[in-house]
Amino acid sequence: MAGLMSRASMVVKAKFSKLLDRAEDPAETLDYSYQRQLELLQNVKRGIADVVTAKKRLELQETQLQQSVVKLDGQARQALAADREDLARQALERKSGLQQQLQNLDQQSQQLQQQQEKLVTSEKALSAKVEAFRTQKETIKAQYSAAEAQVRIGEAATGIGEQMADTGLAIQRAKDKTEQMQARASAIDELTTSGALEDFTSDQTELDRELGALASKSQVDDELAKMKSELGPGEKQKELQQ
Amino acid sequence: MIVRLMGDGQYEVDDEVAKGLHDLDEQAGEAVEQGDEEKLRDLLRRIADAVRANGARVPDEDLSASDGIVPPDDLSLEEARRLFEDEGLIPDLPVSS
Repeated sequence: MAGLMSRASMVVKAKFSKLLDRAEDPAETLDYSYQRQLELLQNVKRGIADVVTAKKRLELQETQLQQSVVKLDGQARQALAADREDLARQALERKSGLQQQLQNLDQQSQQLQQQQEKLVTSEKALSAKVEAFRTQKETIKAQYSAAEAQVRIGEAATGIGEQMADTGLAIQRAKDKTEQMQARASAIDELTTSGALEDFTSDQTELDRELGALASKSQVDDELAKMKSELGPGEKQKELQQ
Repeated sequence: MIVRLMGDGQYEVDDEVAKGLHDLDEQAGEAVEQGDEEKLRDLLRRIADAVRANGARVPDEDLSASDGIVPPDDLSLEEARRLFEDEGLIPDLPVSS
C-alpha cells in the first residue's frame, strides 16, 4: 500500500476537476470557480460563528455546573453540622459526579477551541488565495487565447482547489465536532426532563428538601426554646394557677 | 517540493527532507492498513513536525499546487479510510449547492 500523501493529492485533484468540468469556456470556468470560492469563504465564516456559539453554550453549562458544585459543598457542610452524615455523603457524591462532568466539558471546550483555530487559519489562507485568483482570472481573460488560457486556468485552479478541499474538510470536521457536542448536551437535557437522571441544577432536589426540613426543624426547636425562656418560671406558675 | 499540511498550510521542502517524509508516509499507509490508529497519528504528527521544522512556509496568496498533501494529524482511522473512498472524507466542491 502506498503512502497517504500522494493518494490524498489525487483525491483532492479529482474533487476539483469535477468542478472545472462543469463549465464550457475558460472565462465561464474562471467565473464559476470564483463564485464557488466566495461561497466557501462565506461557509467558513459561518462555520467559525457556529463554533463560537457552541463554545458559549458549553461555557454556560460549565458555569451552571460550577454553581451546583459550590451549592452541594455548602449543603454537605450544613448536613454534617446537623449530624446528618448520610445527607452529607449524598451531597458529596453528587458533587464528585458533577466535577467529572465539568472535566468532560472542559475537554470538549478545548476541542472546539482547536477547531476554531483551524477554521480561522483556513479562512485566512483561503481569503488570500481567492484574492490572488481573482487578479489572475482577470489577467487570463484579458491576455490569453482560449487554448493558452486553459493551461493557465488549470494551474491556478489546482492551487486554489487544494485550498478549497482543505477548507472544506476543516468546515466539515468542525461541524461534526459541534454536532457531537450538541447531541450529548441535548441527551443530558432529555434525560433530566424525563426524570431518568436527576437534574442537579434544578432549584429543588430531594437533598434540598431534606436539608430544608432539617433547617426548619432546628429553627422550630430554637424558637420553642426562646419562647420558653421568655415566659420564664414565674409566668409558668401564673399559667398553672389560672 | 511543496507539501500541504491540511488544516495548516503549504511548505516548500528540499529533496533530502522529502525523502525522509516519503519513508514516514509509507509507514503511515501501513498503519492504516494495520488498523493502528495510534501509530497513524504518531506518524502524521512526525511528518507535520518535520515539514514545519525543515520547510519554508509558502505565502497564503501563492496559487501553486502541492506535490503531496498530508492529512490532519488528529485523523482517526475511520476518517483515513473514508478519505480514500468514493464519497470520501473531503466534501464535494462546492460545499454549498
